[in-house]
Amino acid sequence: MAKIHGAVVVNTERCKGCRLCVVACPCNVLNLKEKEVNDRGYHFAYMEQPEACIGCQSCALVCPDACIEVYRVTEN
Amino acid sequence: MELNDIIKPENKVYAEPKLLNRVHMHYCPGCSHGVVHKLVAQVIEEMGVAEKTVGVSPVGCAVFAYNYIDVDWEEAPHGRATALATAVKRLWPENLVFTYQGDGDFSAIGTCESIHACNRGENIVIIFINNAIYGMTGGQMAPTTLLGQKTATCPYGRRPDLNGYPLAITPLLAQLDGTCYVTRQSVHTPANVRKAKAALKKAFENSINCKGTSVVEIVSACNTGWKLTPEKANKWMEENMFAKYPLGDLKDLKDGIQR
Amino acid sequence: MNDKVTLMKGNEALAMAMIRYGAVCTSTSSPGFSLMQEGVSYLAASEVPALLINVQRGGPGLGTIHASQADYFQACKGGGHGDYHMIVLAPSSVQEMADMVALGFDLAFKYRCVSMILADGTIGQLMEKVVLPEQRPRRTDDEIRQQCPWAVNGRKGMRPSNVVTSLELDDDKMEENNWRFQACYREIEKNETRCELIDTEDCDYLITAFGTTARVAMKTMELARAEGIKVGMFRPITLWPFPEKQLREAAKNVKGILCVELNAGQMVEDVKLAVECKMPVEHYGRFGGNVPTPDELLNVLKEKLINK
Repeated sequence: MAKIHGAVVVNTERCKGCRLCVVACPCNVLNLKEKEVNDRGYHFAYMEQPEACIGCQSCALVCPDACIEVYRVTEN
Repeated sequence: MELNDIIKPENKVYAEPKLLNRVHMHYCPGCSHGVVHKLVAQVIEEMGVAEKTVGVSPVGCAVFAYNYIDVDWEEAPHGRATALATAVKRLWPENLVFTYQGDGDFSAIGTCESIHACNRGENIVIIFINNAIYGMTGGQMAPTTLLGQKTATCPYGRRPDLNGYPLAITPLLAQLDGTCYVTRQSVHTPANVRKAKAALKKAFENSINCKGTSVVEIVSACNTGWKLTPEKANKWMEENMFAKYPLGDLKDLKDGIQR
Repeated sequence: MNDKVTLMKGNEALAMAMIRYGAVCTSTSSPGFSLMQEGVSYLAASEVPALLINVQRGGPGLGTIHASQADYFQACKGGGHGDYHMIVLAPSSVQEMADMVALGFDLAFKYRCVSMILADGTIGQLMEKVVLPEQRPRRTDDEIRQQCPWAVNGRKGMRPSNVVTSLELDDDKMEENNWRFQACYREIEKNETRCELIDTEDCDYLITAFGTTARVAMKTMELARAEGIKVGMFRPITLWPFPEKQLREAAKNVKGILCVELNAGQMVEDVKLAVECKMPVEHYGRFGGNVPTPDELLNVLKEKLINK
């Protein structure tokens, strides 16, 4: 059966840490950095469990700052 | 599979829209404006109409839309966006002309021009961001504020005896002969974002094909004005806003308005 | 681009918003023009050319529908908010009204500013012979793109996007914008002052008037000269920029100036400033739609200046 691998790249400088992507993700891939902040002082989003990502784009769709790009590979 | 194998240009399935300028948007974290901006940029890009698109930005939080979406823009005096858009579309009928307005701009100070533009059946798109509050000025009561909703100017909640009733302007516009497409959407979940995008696309096509006025209301969250986290604001919106402002198409004339 | 578009608007503020898009013209009478002030200020700040026509009626308030010149201050000294000016043209005949339409558009486009025709209820209702200037064809789409590269009409050829806005929150940039507006106004002052001088070479007294009152005062001049009183006439055609140099020159040797207006004394302030109060400057005004007669003005001239 084909297996889907996904990954997201967060533009960490544009991210405002609103958490909407974290909420939208059906696979609990994303979280906000707890201690790190970007230049503007926001705790930005990152892949906490990258292996769970299926590249469904939910996070990117709801991101208000268009700072998430999504990649997906289907492995046979 | 390693991340490096996945993150390759050929595997990219969701990219930043090219028409969205690479600048920090001034909106608060979690603001719905950003999502709608993104959708507008995406739809214009996908339709390949950037060369003939003119946007009209309002007074309010979204006044700087012209800094973010890389098309031609006019900034309108408060509430007058639809009048300005009328002028643009009448002079350049082949253009895609849209206004981007909040509820304070569109349904308070601009009520007159909003209704008249729709009633004349101007071939424009009105993107109406309804977050039931004056966001930019600090969260005051708007005509769209819900009964009981607390704002800076009705700290004990909106009372009908004092402040009248929330204004749902979109159903009024759907009754007018000039509107061809009136819909209410939201952008708080991935599914809703997809639907809102489809609605915007239909509306933009209507403008280009001169089918009449299209109104796309986006029921939105103003988490700062509502004094909630973005996550809770979306939940509050679902629980409270959708009762007064239910989502869905209010009108969709496939062949456009009768001329 | 559509060839001609005439629109009936819901209200004046709305009309102004449309005009903000540029290249258009609207006409109104005083109360309507008050409603348009927001738009005028936006137009000036966005550097969008436009022609506005105000056929003045008597105010304040709803006032009367008959002639007045009481909007001089509003037209020349602001009206809307912020530091801006409009080129204000004051016709005193139907021919001038017709000619000023083309002139107003030309000036507005030359300087990317707002120009206005400030007429009054009498001029507005006058019937007289007029030779209409030849109609000029509207600019084609390509001409617009060429001649007005700032126009907001879509990024054809994916040129950098155009934004027309009056908003600038960066203080330094906004100051820079203001300096640019002011430089443009100085340029207009230098190049575009217009006035008419009649029998000013030998006159002892000067009447200053514009629009309807200038026409009445012409007859007064005639009556005065028949009595041996040498009266000249200074009629500003641009109220802003006010032709102060021309007035100063014309008034060099006069004994006094009578400024006749249909208001309580508005242009008279500019007249006094222009001549630096070096000679008596008197004002005579009528209100409420009333227009003075030539005899009335002659009597006033005698009373206020000659027999004093």
